[in-house]
Amino acid sequence: MAPAPKPKLAVWKFASCDGCQLSLLDCEDELLAVADAVEIAYFPEATRAVVKGPDDLSLVEGSITTQHDAARIHQVRKSSKRLVTIGACATAGGIQALRNFADVSEYTKYVYANPSYISTLATSTPISRHVYVDFELQGCPINKTQLLEVISAFVHGRKPNIASHSVCIECKRSGTPCVMVTQGTPCMGPITHAGCGSICPSYGRGCYSCFGPMETPNTASLAKWFEKLGDDRAAVLRKFRTFYSGKEAYRKESGRHEPG
Amino acid sequence: MEHRAGIEWSAQTSYVARADFNALIDALLNHGYIVVGPTIRDGAIVFGEVQSDRDFPVGATDVQDGGKYRIGEHTAPTLFSFAASPHSLKTYLYPSRSLLYSAHGSSGNFAVDAPAPQTPARYAFIGVRSCDLHAMNLQDKVFLEGAYVDPGYKHRRENAFLIAVNCGKPAGTCFCVSMGTGPKAPPLFDLALTEICDDSGHYFVVECGSAQGSAILACVPHRPAEATELHAAQEVVRGAERAMGRKLDTTDIKELLYRNAESPRWEKVADRCLSCANCTMVCPTCFCSTVEDTTDLTGAHAERWRVWDSCFTIDFSHIHGGSVRKSGSSRYRHWITHKLASWQDQFGASGCVGCGRCVTWCPVGIDITEEIAILRQTETDHETLPEEQGNARD
Repeated sequence: MAPAPKPKLAVWKFASCDGCQLSLLDCEDELLAVADAVEIAYFPEATRAVVKGPDDLSLVEGSITTQHDAARIHQVRKSSKRLVTIGACATAGGIQALRNFADVSEYTKYVYANPSYISTLATSTPISRHVYVDFELQGCPINKTQLLEVISAFVHGRKPNIASHSVCIECKRSGTPCVMVTQGTPCMGPITHAGCGSICPSYGRGCYSCFGPMETPNTASLAKWFEKLGDDRAAVLRKFRTFYSGKEAYRKESGRHEPG
Repeated sequence: MEHRAGIEWSAQTSYVARADFNALIDALLNHGYIVVGPTIRDGAIVFGEVQSDRDFPVGATDVQDGGKYRIGEHTAPTLFSFAASPHSLKTYLYPSRSLLYSAHGSSGNFAVDAPAPQTPARYAFIGVRSCDLHAMNLQDKVFLEGAYVDPGYKHRRENAFLIAVNCGKPAGTCFCVSMGTGPKAPPLFDLALTEICDDSGHYFVVECGSAQGSAILACVPHRPAEATELHAAQEVVRGAERAMGRKLDTTDIKELLYRNAESPRWEKVADRCLSCANCTMVCPTCFCSTVEDTTDLTGAHAERWRVWDSCFTIDFSHIHGGSVRKSGSSRYRHWITHKLASWQDQFGASGCVGCGRCVTWCPVGIDITEEIAILRQTETDHETLPEEQGNARD
């Protein structure tokens, strides 16, 4: 009997820096196991070879910032049995969602010699705003161990073990004393989605929330505490307008700290 | 509620000079223990492996308040002039992550792997506080009593050598006196030290709580403590009793919480609560865990892990149809009600040992003693307190 065909994996890029899809190539020790478990059907960062769809699992990186991409994502969805978005861009609009707070035509005027060549949307939006998404993996960039967990889970038809609680739980499980409590360093960890392994606090720095809001982010309470620790309005605003300003909780909280 | 009966001092106490403290560590090392004691890590005094007194925070103290911890300088070169750290015995006896089993499968067969032979680590802990011994006693009830005994916990617990330290310098967030859990260590230790550093010298008054304790003490230069030395030790503990940073009125507390399931106060605390779970992680009695099943890419190898969990996560109360406790108010109410009230129904004792960790390590300084006081006040007033009083520590 011929072995069952391997599930086809495709990796798609939208508006992004490629960092998340490179996390897959970064899985050096596990790369052969990945190639054994799935057939790489489409992954331009890794190979020019293209296998015809449809695909069993599509990993989508990047946000929707152009008309062209807004149409293309529907094609990807149509050709994918399961669609998983990876990274802050795909799940929240990414750093480029800062444009949502500004006037894009103003920006293009200053940045490009011939802004008339630029055709772009006024906003950067997550993939889930456009098509149904089976799972969202957070992070800027994503954690490669979590990526392998998600691929394994989808290949074997089980639920991925990806917790959506705070980073604090990761700090406490690893025995890292709280930087906010011991140093008074403002830290986004209490409202940030776990997954990084609490890297910054383990080096004595506050969390930047590069994994975005956790499941129940009480942004107002933490922002109030930041002010008590000495942050001014601008500093609080900046903390909520980074990688995940496109998420409703952060968009709203940052708005409360606008000047004036 | 159990109330402090005033723990008696051992009939026989010994004197060990500060200069001979390393002999104690050496004795433990020579007996094959991994010796764990207070060390400074990342701005906090936490448990870590020690080889000699040079690893100890000599002359250090701590300043603790709601959401605040700082290491400070003590007035004398003492070894133990500080209070609870974010770590407790739980960190070692009930590790945050442990493999329950692994399994492999092929062609539809599934077999659990034989567990790797384990030599359980033999830990000797130096500097265990009274609150921590009480907390360990509560975790013993959870993990060692009833139909299901946790074998890993049992191994680690039975092999642990416990050197208690009677607190001389409680922190601003300590309230063990209110909970009847300190500062004098209950007789659950192998050895208990009280550190004295004054004009008469720098030494320890040592109590022995077990045969192993006597065996270790026998390896350390010591002599019977004189009456004045024992008196000095007793004064240290009395001083600590008077220096509690906080207090919690436990009168009728179970009924208070049960009566107030619908108090407007829960919404007030939810305005501040981050549901970050720090309080449950640092609590030396909180024991909840979740189980994670995982497979590798081939699907031929599976593992089941147990990891610390918290009632503040959404997944914790996820049952068919969704999470039972969706609001922050319901999660905080659940935690404090279990800790102070339903724990008594479940285990016959309060789940709070007054160590103050949940107060210090709450990133926004929510204070269990303050919440109970306000809950009482709210009930008395029959109405919500004005905002500014409710958020006194904001």
